[in-house]
Amino acid sequence: MTGTIPLAVEMRGVIKRFGAATANAGVDLQVARGTIHGIVGENGAGKSTAMNLLFGKYRSDAGEVLLDGNVRRWRSPAEAIAAGIGMVHQHFLLGGPHTALENIILGAEPRRHGFIDTARARADLELLAQAHHLPVPWDTPVDQLPVGIQQRVEILKALYRQARVLILDEPTAVLTPSEADHLLAGLREFVKSGRTVLLVTHKLREVLSWTDQLTVFRAGRTVATLRTKETTAEAVAEKMIGRKVDLKVRWPPGTPTTECLLEVRHLTTAHPGKGLQDISISARAGEIVGIAGVEGNGQSELVRTILSPAEQDLRGGEISWLGTSALRLNSAQVRGLGVASIPEDRISKGLLTEATVQENFILGHQRRSEYSSFGVLKRLAINAAALRVLEDNDVRPADVSVPARVLSGGNQQKLIFGRELHGQPRFIVACQPTRGVDLGAAQFIHEQLVRCRDRGAGVLLVSSELEEILALSDRILVMYGGRIVAEYGRQEATEAELGLRMGGV
Amino acid sequence: MILDELGASTLRVSTPLVFAALGGLYSERAGVVNIALEGMMLVGAFAAAAGTYFAHDPWVGAAAGMASGMSLAAIYALFVISLRANQVVAGTAINILALGLTPLLCKALFEVTSSTPSIPLSDRFHSAPVVAAWILVLVSWIVVQRTPAGLWLRFAGENPDALDSAGVRVNFVRWVAVLISGGLAGLGGASLSLFLSSSFSRNMTAGRGFIALAALIFGKWRPVPAAVACLLFGCFEATQIRLQGITFPGGGSFPVQFVQILPYFLTILVLAGFVGQSRPPRALGLPFRRE
Amino acid sequence: MSGKSVQGLLSALFGVLVGLILGLLVVWGAGENPLTVLRILARGAFGSRYDLGMTLFYSTPLIFTGLSVAVVFRAGMFNIGAEGQLTVGTIAAAMAGILLPFLPMPIAPLVAWVCASLAGAAWGAIPGWLRARRGSHEVINTIMLNFVAAGLCSYFALYPLRNLQSQNPETRGIASQFKLAPFPLFEGAPVGWALPLALLMALFVWFLLWRTVIGFEWRAVGLNEVAARAAGIDVARARVGAFAFAGALAGMVGVAEVLGNSGRFRVGFSPEYGFMGIAVALLGRNHPAGVVAAALLLGALHKGAAELDLETDRVTRDLSLVFQGLIILCVSAEGWWFQNRRRKATAGSQKSTGVVPASNSP
Repeated sequence: MTGTIPLAVEMRGVIKRFGAATANAGVDLQVARGTIHGIVGENGAGKSTAMNLLFGKYRSDAGEVLLDGNVRRWRSPAEAIAAGIGMVHQHFLLGGPHTALENIILGAEPRRHGFIDTARARADLELLAQAHHLPVPWDTPVDQLPVGIQQRVEILKALYRQARVLILDEPTAVLTPSEADHLLAGLREFVKSGRTVLLVTHKLREVLSWTDQLTVFRAGRTVATLRTKETTAEAVAEKMIGRKVDLKVRWPPGTPTTECLLEVRHLTTAHPGKGLQDISISARAGEIVGIAGVEGNGQSELVRTILSPAEQDLRGGEISWLGTSALRLNSAQVRGLGVASIPEDRISKGLLTEATVQENFILGHQRRSEYSSFGVLKRLAINAAALRVLEDNDVRPADVSVPARVLSGGNQQKLIFGRELHGQPRFIVACQPTRGVDLGAAQFIHEQLVRCRDRGAGVLLVSSELEEILALSDRILVMYGGRIVAEYGRQEATEAELGLRMGGV
Repeated sequence: MILDELGASTLRVSTPLVFAALGGLYSERAGVVNIALEGMMLVGAFAAAAGTYFAHDPWVGAAAGMASGMSLAAIYALFVISLRANQVVAGTAINILALGLTPLLCKALFEVTSSTPSIPLSDRFHSAPVVAAWILVLVSWIVVQRTPAGLWLRFAGENPDALDSAGVRVNFVRWVAVLISGGLAGLGGASLSLFLSSSFSRNMTAGRGFIALAALIFGKWRPVPAAVACLLFGCFEATQIRLQGITFPGGGSFPVQFVQILPYFLTILVLAGFVGQSRPPRALGLPFRRE
Repeated sequence: MSGKSVQGLLSALFGVLVGLILGLLVVWGAGENPLTVLRILARGAFGSRYDLGMTLFYSTPLIFTGLSVAVVFRAGMFNIGAEGQLTVGTIAAAMAGILLPFLPMPIAPLVAWVCASLAGAAWGAIPGWLRARRGSHEVINTIMLNFVAAGLCSYFALYPLRNLQSQNPETRGIASQFKLAPFPLFEGAPVGWALPLALLMALFVWFLLWRTVIGFEWRAVGLNEVAARAAGIDVARARVGAFAFAGALAGMVGVAEVLGNSGRFRVGFSPEYGFMGIAVALLGRNHPAGVVAAALLLGALHKGAAELDLETDRVTRDLSLVFQGLIILCVSAEGWWFQNRRRKATAGSQKSTGVVPASNSP
């Protein structure tokens, strides 16, 4: 496949572990000079880790990286930059109150008599900006620039350091479609001069229309490298999803009642281009509504907004919980209606890792009369209830006095489930409920959600795992770019179809 | 006449504050909280007085003050940058250490704990510290705004990750910044013992390090506004010193305490956004480590 | 839990040990025999019933301020303002004793106690409120409020309530029925009911933090603000509440000082009890039992060091401050070291994303 075109970048058998977790289990990548090379894969497939290895941010545990045919090992981004690699991160590394110019020249300032030679920097940058059609207001603090321009600043930062290989991590995630096309057209020009672009994205449309070749990542490995012209969206989606056998079970369908527990109408939040756009969802008692989508397409905003509407910046729309208009309710009040939530990141949003399991169990229930009277906690009742919940949910070790941090991810998640489902909530919002948990725990968690549904509760399941969505949902909504772009009944959806929708096709 | 006098006196009493506030500026703009300014000033005041006493030259004394401030700053930097100790806790410890160490050293050198021997007028500064302080204000302004080092300093405090990915070692920048901070605070202390008075006395800074910190916040972490805030706070001090002598016809005196608390009170209002708005550097107080 | 407390205890003891060794090196450098100095310190602190009493006398305010710092720390914030809170509490106790001379005996000290607590609570609530509602950081605010408190209380001592019989900056004496007699056991050392009150408060803090809903909510906010908010806890109320309670604790120093010791408010009476409270809380791992132990240690150091002025030629009572500074430094770094190792162990699997965003703080 390499043929006569010389390779700009090559990775051979690269492995990277973080503690017990393996982020890259074998990455083989060949990128021809003067091309745009797409890097695609689901969340957690190892794309970002591989790119950060290339950029010197991490050091690999095995394998080698070659630049222009030579084996290279750099210990820091500084060395990678010196070698001609530039990276535009998904989260920009820009210093807020500093000007665009200062951000670009940082660490590579032109000097005159020990001072920064602003005039020369400006002249050089003007040339660079003109050559690549990337105009930027040099003297404006970057935090006052729109994200599209901030991205130009990041790209110019790399070009100013004479990057020959430019890595862009999800560059269009923050852009409107026309901005995205402008950026990608610019990249086409850019590679004509013999430079190389690695484009990390989950948007199949972009990959297919702008890259020369693409490499698919799955579960930490590179599974295929394809010529873009010779492939189709369906083929790529299939490679991305693979043939995993995990959780292939489909749970029996629910029997929804007519009672609508959650009603969202035309919800729009105040971050143009980033927030929610005209979202409408209804979820009845006795059904699981799945929200599918690649992460970062508005799911987190949606969940935050429906769980604490009063604390959000809403532009329009209506939310009602269990028949009560909820726009003025805060999170405590929404909870009070009988809405439980499983947060997407259990460590940072759901647990007091340093507190005991028992205290984590009581969090949110502490004012209920079973567990406190006159402000004093009822230790015995809490202890007994916590122990019962641990046993019911098969949390191991079933010891209420250990700190929550000693539990494994799966057991932590089961603890959170036990807590949130304690007291029979009417509705459960579950975000990425099985992320990072072992198969047994995942199975158990799914069982719990189905059981809740079958006793008449409503469930909103937000997940970027397609199998999970397909296994559990009675209805499936797909989110893309802050909108609901498709809705399917239980039997209508297939993985391939959903994969395409999630990629914005 | 009174106004002239008040102006001159304001310039004088604000000088230690200007030095120390500039010191605080370097440290805090680089992302390191510096409530240890007080302690660094205190050792500076002592070392300057002792150095001048032995060398009969205030410049030697000032150098000693600067060096001692830097030494204490090195201990502080070691703990908060390299060992990532909490900056507030370690800063408090440095202040307590300075409070105890200075009288101990005083006893060791001069057999008394309360104060160093008085330095004759001929060996003291007359106006040099004022000039030096304001020159340093301008120099700092230029350094921070116009030099690569200044740019690194600002990024170390605002977005250390960006600085790191641009290939500059964040903790090196912070170390240098904290050392400069200690040197300047030491000079502030020196100007207290060699310029505003004639000797070192126990706890002679009496909260001036904190006033300097307040001025820094009041001046929104920028050199010239912070120095002007020092002038304002110095003016309060000068006014209060003048008012202390005045007795009302009825025999009472003016309650100067209300003037004394003004700097602190104003700083709280500014920080809370009731009067203007003052935003600290974004990474202030956060230790930096790469992955 | 127990593994962690053992680790905490070990790291505190290690810090104390390193701090003491460094301090003794200073002693040696000053030309005194470190062993002699240690002996003087021990005898000065515990040599007689009077000495022990003085140690307890110094420890009592440190228990109050240590608890104050610890409570706020448990709620996820820093209280550098115990000094200001205790100053306000002390002047309030003195005011009660001066302005309400008609109160009868059993009620009078109780009223003074309540006044001291309320004044401290009000002063403490300010930085809590500023943090919760205005987002301005409590460290700077409490430092500034210390000086504001010092200024305001000096005003009261020098103007409206001035003791005209004395050259010292102090208020008039309180009415006699407010005074708490010292325990005769300590041969004249001013240790009275304030000490049992402090111990009772330590017990109460423990009960509040680990046995009540309010304390649980404060700790939840301190452990994970996001999770606490998601669980429906009113974070702003927890911040203000914890700070107000901490202020009340610090304010109770006024009971020890005014009712139990001097019978008046004296400007500068506190040898930085508030700042020493930071050391006490840090050494005591922010646990009431640890706070009591650490307060005894630092109280003993303070008392023992007072003897150095007379009994040695080259070192003075200021050595106590040097010890304190060094101990805090060593404990602070040590605590962090343990914490980092733990974080690394738990967060390993979570660290796959590339960029570490700079968070908004302080």
